[in-house]
Amino acid sequence: MNRHFLGDTTILLGRSLRHIARSPDTIITTAVMPIAFMLLFVYVFGGAIETGSDSYVNYLLPGILLITIASGISYTAFRLFLDMQGGIFERFQSMPIARSSVLWAHVLTSLVANLVSLVVIVLVALLMGFRTGAGVLGWLAVTGILLLFTLALTWIAVIPGLTAKSVDGASAFSYPLVFLPFVSSAFVPTASMPGPVRAFAEHQPVTAIVNAIRDLFAQKPVGADIWTALAWCVGILVLAYLFANLTYRRKIS
Amino acid sequence: MSIPPPTAQAEQPAIHVHGLEKSFKQVKVLRGVDIDVARGSIFALLGSNGAGKTTVVKILATLLRADGGTARVAGFDVATQAADVRQSISLTGQFAAVDEILTGRENLVLVARLRHLKEPGAIADDLLRRFSLTEAGARRVRTYSGGMRRRLDIAMSLIGNPPVIFLDEPTTGLDPEARIEVWQAVKELARGGTTVLLTTQYLDEAEQLADRIAILHEGRIVVNGTLGELKQLLPPAEVEYVEKQPTLEDVFLTLVGAKAEKEQR
Repeated sequence: MNRHFLGDTTILLGRSLRHIARSPDTIITTAVMPIAFMLLFVYVFGGAIETGSDSYVNYLLPGILLITIASGISYTAFRLFLDMQGGIFERFQSMPIARSSVLWAHVLTSLVANLVSLVVIVLVALLMGFRTGAGVLGWLAVTGILLLFTLALTWIAVIPGLTAKSVDGASAFSYPLVFLPFVSSAFVPTASMPGPVRAFAEHQPVTAIVNAIRDLFAQKPVGADIWTALAWCVGILVLAYLFANLTYRRKIS
Repeated sequence: MSIPPPTAQAEQPAIHVHGLEKSFKQVKVLRGVDIDVARGSIFALLGSNGAGKTTVVKILATLLRADGGTARVAGFDVATQAADVRQSISLTGQFAAVDEILTGRENLVLVARLRHLKEPGAIADDLLRRFSLTEAGARRVRTYSGGMRRRLDIAMSLIGNPPVIFLDEPTTGLDPEARIEVWQAVKELARGGTTVLLTTQYLDEAEQLADRIAILHEGRIVVNGTLGELKQLLPPAEVEYVEKQPTLEDVFLTLVGAKAEKEQR
């Protein structure tokens, strides 16, 4: 690893964070859709959904948080795409800096931006009646899972960011990710779904992650779900990281 | 029909390219390019669109790997000593490589910090002054004109005083006034001892700026020499007496020149 890696990453992270601070609409846009879903499901559909939980907001929030991340990471692809397009990416690449810090700065920026969006969503949920007895450890565990999930999805977002030919192409990849929580235990219990759908829902990453976070918030023993959730996150992270770096190396050679 | 360099130079050239080859999929873009650029000179690589000028620059700036041949910049091999090459160069790409959301000054500070220089703020202020951007320094680059953007772009390339600078089509898309501003900046660079390799599709730009000119055509350098040498390749000009008409550029610059000067203040 280049001796300037940490310093260069910090400098470039500062640059990206300044971008976000100057166009906070990216955070607002990220938060608007999940909030709309939350209002819709809690106040319109929620009454008809039988979850076996006393509060539908409590049931819903984990899935909403994942949707927030899935839509938030498309901005990483967007910002990376703009860098590639504008030529500043090539300027950085031709400078005596640690080359990998260019990508890492974008990834860390995604973590910060998504964390801010998540805090906004949780605050709105609190206003809508979300309550948890989770202590510091519980919150830390939830934050850890969400950050790991963000990290994994952000590395996926790096790939279209590097390869896309248009702005739309750079962010289109996130639509299926946003859709994934709908076929999971995020909105309705999987037991209510027909056979094949249920089988898919119960074996896709969102269900395990949602269940783990839900149990942490409800202060229930988390059981195997948290390990399945972590395994999914780490697995996606490793694969996405490898593919992103492969794409990157192909791009710069 | 290559013309040998005028005098044997004792020191090695700032840029030495030999037999450079590069293909993209089936298309052979470079088929053995040879270039030598003397230290402190301005070298223009001429060619029509798609001739491979940008490919040469990208290989020299370590952004692309060549398929064959050797290239050395400031004495370092671009393939095996890429980090040393990057330490010695700056690239100003075809599109102004500036951060639109940051201010002009922030752009300069960013590059100075990435080059690990002391007092990035002072370096930025100095360059803003040299490129008549002091007034605009606190404004976001998004609000800059094409010429200002290019000037900032070139100013960013000067940070850290790299001995070799690549300018890829530095004036494409600029209006005549902005072109002249860029030309002045490039001339000043060479006066300071920097080696400049620029690509262009404008013949007058090469005439104005370059000590040596090479023409890249179908993947090879078809001619390489000083402007005078290149002109001798054609039969001597016939002398004709023609009433000298002002060019449209002369007219344009006379009419708007006063305004441009006022804006620079």
